[in-house]
Amino acid sequence: MTQQVPGPEMTTGQKFYVREVLQGLWITLKHTVRNVLNADENFTIIDYPDVKKVMPERYKGAHRLTTRPDGKVKCVACMMCAQICPAKCITIEAGEDPDDPVEKYPVQFQIDMLRCIYCGFCVEACPKDAIRMDTGIYEINGFTRQDLIHDKAYMKDLKAGKKPLAEDWYREHPEDAPPGYDVKAPKLREGY
Amino acid sequence: MDWIQIGIVAAKIGFAVAFVMSIVPILIWGERKWSAYIQDRPGPNRAQIAGIRAGGLVHVLTDVVKLFMKEDVQPTAAMKAYWWVAPLIPMIVGLMTFTVVPWSSDFAIPAHSFGDWPAADLTIPMQVARINAGMLFILAFSSLSVYGIMLAGWGSNNKFSMLGGLRASAQMISYELAMGLSVVVMFLVYGTVRLDEIAQQQAGSIFNWGIFAPTGFIVGLIAFLIYWTSVLAETNRLPFDLPEGEAEIVAGYHTEYSSMRFALFFMAEYAHMIVGSTLTVTLFFGSYNIPFLRPETLQANIDGVLIALGCLGIPVNLFFAWLAWKRRRRVFYLSIRPDDPRQKEPKFWVAVWTMAALASAGLAVLGISRWVGMHLLAAETAVLLLHIGMLLVKVMFFCYVFVWIRWTLPRFRYDQLMNLGWRMMVPVAIANVLLAGIWVIIRETFLA
Ligand code: SF4
Ligand code: SF4
Repeated sequence: MTQQVPGPEMTTGQKFYVREVLQGLWITLKHTVRNVLNADENFTIIDYPDVKKVMPERYKGAHRLTTRPDGKVKCVACMMCAQICPAKCITIEAGEDPDDPVEKYPVQFQIDMLRCIYCGFCVEACPKDAIRMDTGIYEINGFTRQDLIHDKAYMKDLKAGKKPLAEDWYREHPEDAPPGYDVKAPKLREGY
Repeated sequence: MDWIQIGIVAAKIGFAVAFVMSIVPILIWGERKWSAYIQDRPGPNRAQIAGIRAGGLVHVLTDVVKLFMKEDVQPTAAMKAYWWVAPLIPMIVGLMTFTVVPWSSDFAIPAHSFGDWPAADLTIPMQVARINAGMLFILAFSSLSVYGIMLAGWGSNNKFSMLGGLRASAQMISYELAMGLSVVVMFLVYGTVRLDEIAQQQAGSIFNWGIFAPTGFIVGLIAFLIYWTSVLAETNRLPFDLPEGEAEIVAGYHTEYSSMRFALFFMAEYAHMIVGSTLTVTLFFGSYNIPFLRPETLQANIDGVLIALGCLGIPVNLFFAWLAWKRRRRVFYLSIRPDDPRQKEPKFWVAVWTMAALASAGLAVLGISRWVGMHLLAAETAVLLLHIGMLLVKVMFFCYVFVWIRWTLPRFRYDQLMNLGWRMMVPVAIANVLLAGIWVIIRETFLA
C-alpha cells in the first residue's frame, strides 16, 4: 500500500506559482549575466584535454618502479606485491643476477592496468620501496588490451609527465614491449 | 491568378519555411550554450572548422552529420503505418501554423513600377495566407500536433511510449482550453481574430501592445501569463515535459525513434517553440512593429532610421571587436600549443566584427545619401527588412525565455500539472474573459 506523506501546505499565493517562478528566474538570470560578462573567472572547470589538472601529491596514479643510483630497479623480485594484490594483476618473472649482492631481480615485471583496482596494497607490501603510485598519471588508456599492460621498461622510474603513454613508449622502444606486443600495428592516434 | 502572383506566394511560402528552419539550428545551439551559462559551465566548445569554433555553433553541423549517419532502427513489433507517419505530423503542423502570421506591414507596389507591370496598384500582404479565420486557424491546427505524439506513442508498441503519448494528449487537451480563453481576451480587446489586423492595431506606442490590453493592464498581463504557460505545455517543454519525462519513462513517445526520425521530433519541438514565440509576440508584444514607430512614420523617415541604426551599429560592433581582441589573452589561448589552429580565433573575430562595423558605416552612409528615401520601392523594402528584423529580435527573446524557464524550473508532477491546468488556470482565464468584457464595455461606452 502506498502511503501519502503530507508535504508542506501551499498558500493560495504559492498555488499560482508566479512569484516562486520569478524568483527562480531571477537567480538563473544573475548567473547568466555574470557568466556572459566574465566567463573565465567564474567557471570552475579545466579545459581538458588542452589544460590538464595536476593531481595532489598523494593521488594514486599509475605505478612506477623506483631505481637505485646505478640505474637498476630496486625490486628484488620477492613477490610480496604479487601475493597481496587482490586483483592478481602483477606478473613477475624472477631472475638471478650473479654480479649483484641482492642476487634476485625481476626479468619481467608486468601490471595489468585493466585489472588493477588502485588499492595501493602493492606499495604497502613492498619491503624495498621499489614500487610506488606517486606518478600522478591518471590518463591510463589505450586502444588495445596490450597497451594497458605496463611492464618493467615502461614503469622504470616513471615520473609525472616525463614519459609518453605506454602505447607510444612501446612503439618507440620495441625491445621493451611485453611479449606478443604488435609494434607494427598501425598507430591509432596522432599527436599526443 | 497569373504567374507572377503564384511566384510571389511561392516566395512567401519559401520565406516562412526558411524563417522557421533557419532559427531551429540556432536554437539548438542556444539551448546548449544558454543552459551552460545558467549552470556556470562553458558549454559546447570543442568542434571546430579550421580552428574557428564559433562558440559551439559548429556542433550543430556535427549533430546533423551524426543524425544522418546513425542507424535507423525500426522495431519489428511497431505498427508500421502509424510509426512512419507520426514524426511527420508535428513538423508539418508547426510549419502550417506559421502561414497566417504576419511578418511585416503590407508591401505596396504602385502601378507601372516595372514598365507595364503591375497594371494596377498592387498590395502584397506579408503573410502566406490572409484568411479571415486568423488565430482560429492556428488554434485548430496546433492542436493537431498531438496526433503525431499519440500515434508515435501508440504505434511504437512500447509501454513507455504509450504512457508518453497518453500524457501528451491529456496535457494538451487541458491546456488548450486555457490557451483558447486567454486568446479570447485579445479578440475582445482588438475586436478581430485576424492576426494581421491585430498586428496593425498594435503599431505605435508600446501601450497598444496586447500585454497592456490598451490599456486595461491587468487583463492583458493575466492573459499573457496564462497564454505563455499554455504555450509551454503545448510545446511539451519543461516544466511541462511529462510526455518525455526521461526520469520516469525513458524518452516518452520518441523512445523507439532513432536517426532522422528522432531528429524530426527534435526539430518539431524547436519549430513549435518558434511558432509559439511568434504567436506570443504577435498577440501580446506588438508583432513586427518597432516600438513608437508606426509603419507609415518609419517609411517617411527611413533615411533617419538608417543613419541612426548605422551610427549605433559602429560603436557596438567596434566594442565587440575590442572584446575579441582582449580575449586573445585568455588562459585557454596561453595554455594550448602556439601552433594550434585555434590560436587564430581572436583574429578571426576581430575581422568579423570590424567588417560588421564597416557594414554599419555603410548603412549610415546610405542613410545620409537619401537614396532609399527617394525610391519608393527601396523604402518599402527597407521597412520590410526592419520589420522582419524586429520580429526576429522579439522571437529570439521569447525563445530565450523558453530555454531560461526550462533550465530554471523542475518538472511538475502529473497531479500538480492537472491541478494547475483545471483548478487554477481555467477559472482564472474565465474570470479574465469576464473582466476583459467589462473593460471593453467601459472603454467603448465611456472612454471612446
Ligand atoms: S594497486 Fe592493488 S590491485 Fe593494483 S597492482 Fe597494486 S595491489 Fe594490485
Ligand atoms: S616490487 Fe617490491 S614487493 Fe614487489 S617483488 Fe619487487 S621488491 Fe617485492
